[in-house]
Amino acid sequence: MTADRAGGGEDARATPERGSCAHPEPTGPARQLVRAQGLAVAYPGNAPALTDVTFELTKGERIAVLGPNGGGKTTLFRALLGELRPAAGTIELRDRCASVPQTERSRLDFPVSALDVALMGTIPTRAWWRRPSRVDRAAARAALGRVGLTEQVHDTYGELSGGQRQRVLIARALVQDARVLLLDEPFTGLDATSAAGLEVLLRELAAEGRGILIATHDLEQARRWDRVLCLNRRQIAFGVPAQTLDHEVLAATYGGAIVTLPGEPATGVHHAILPPHHHHHEH
Amino acid sequence: MLDALLDPFGQALMQRALLEVLLLAAVGGTLGCWIVLGGLSYGAESLAHGMFPGLVLAALAGVPLLLGGAAGILVAALAIALAARVGRDRIGRDDAIAVAVTTLFGLGALLALSPAVPVGIQGLLFGDVLGTSRGDLLAGAALAALVAIVLVLAHQRLLAVGFDRGGARALGIAPVAVDALLLTLLALAVLVAVQGLGNLLVVAVLVAPAAAARLLTRRLAPMMACAVVLGVLAGVGGLYVSYYARLAAGASIAGLLVAVWLLAQAASQIRKRMLVASG
Repeated sequence: MTADRAGGGEDARATPERGSCAHPEPTGPARQLVRAQGLAVAYPGNAPALTDVTFELTKGERIAVLGPNGGGKTTLFRALLGELRPAAGTIELRDRCASVPQTERSRLDFPVSALDVALMGTIPTRAWWRRPSRVDRAAARAALGRVGLTEQVHDTYGELSGGQRQRVLIARALVQDARVLLLDEPFTGLDATSAAGLEVLLRELAAEGRGILIATHDLEQARRWDRVLCLNRRQIAFGVPAQTLDHEVLAATYGGAIVTLPGEPATGVHHAILPPHHHHHEH
Repeated sequence: MLDALLDPFGQALMQRALLEVLLLAAVGGTLGCWIVLGGLSYGAESLAHGMFPGLVLAALAGVPLLLGGAAGILVAALAIALAARVGRDRIGRDDAIAVAVTTLFGLGALLALSPAVPVGIQGLLFGDVLGTSRGDLLAGAALAALVAIVLVLAHQRLLAVGFDRGGARALGIAPVAVDALLLTLLALAVLVAVQGLGNLLVVAVLVAPAAAARLLTRRLAPMMACAVVLGVLAGVGGLYVSYYARLAAGASIAGLLVAVWLLAQAASQIRKRMLVASG
């Protein structure tokens, strides 16, 4: 498909700079961005929604977070953002986390421009009574330029295409100067061209030294990234896609609701049909 | 012509009414945008109607309406919050709020029918913009200034929460706190506006100009400016109508506010058709 570092084959370890990814321990602390150990996360007053999570994210790495709805992907992200406290275990963060939510969670009928949305990323760094400064505006413009939206800075957010809206939200995360990006199903609803463009952007952002966690339902895509984290209310598996995504792991992750289609066995790629995805709103 | 325009405002009574109308347009236009965008119109209406017993009691006791209104809003807000919580699972949230608000309004009407109410029920229900006193104006201006300052300071957070709550939370903003702030401002605005437009018409100035401006603009700042201008036009126009046609001032203003919204609706429809035809 798209030009990709790990593209064209199942051997995601071939790239030298990621050589250490297959072995969690030897990874130097200098490259480490996130480390979770025995993590459990619960919503206040409830039993843990997610348990036994142990993984790490290093600079330049894209990790696919797989799992069914309610499997704990959003819960993990909210824990990394500091919205939920660990019920057990630890999270070590070496850098700021910024979230890139699904575009359909935002109001498309809101009278805001792409720049207005990107500027929201400057809120955490500013005292609450201060208005965005010239520096803030320049940072927001630069971030929009970085994601390829220089021409659309003043366009109304709701009138952009799905792929462009996703890029605006990525720009909002970049403005926060965060090394760790958490993307919630960024490819949902995108056409093939926008999806390919977005994948190129994510690869570039990773190459700049960021670590990216991508919640996704697309197994084929997940296989092209550096590692996969499979969640189903607990951690099912974590590792390099080629070695991790076997039939047992997928069955445990998706609870047997997965259908594997025959075909292209030579490439080692399983085509899979996942149950339809429902968005559930949080309050 | 000029005489016809200036004539009504020769009297101090009409001058004060004009200032009151300008105040209402400023508060209604700016805060109204957040009310319309946040889907809070029904909440605004509920608060305005639910505060009625407070106004009547203030009139009965001879204390300033502002105080009675404030107490009434507090009680109404608590009743609405309670009804929404208790009734949610049984009869639905909106229905529960409607029951609570109607109960309060009925209670107010019952009290207002007592012969001891000096101003009469009319002034409380429909307002008395021509009866605006200096004190009313000063109190109104102070509350309006407070609302304006808070709106400016909280602008970015209101925007982020309105745009997407989950994303705002990830930016370190507490959406519930922003909601509470907006509802407090709404209560203050209702308190300011109820003096001039009364219990039943206050919602018109908080919703109609912003709803009209939303149809005509594409960004928040122009939307607010447009809403204020439309509110001023309808307010001042309503005073003229009231003066020359000898109609109730509050009703004239509310009627023109609705007319402005209808015109905006028509204008935006025509613009859409033209865009379709040309493109």
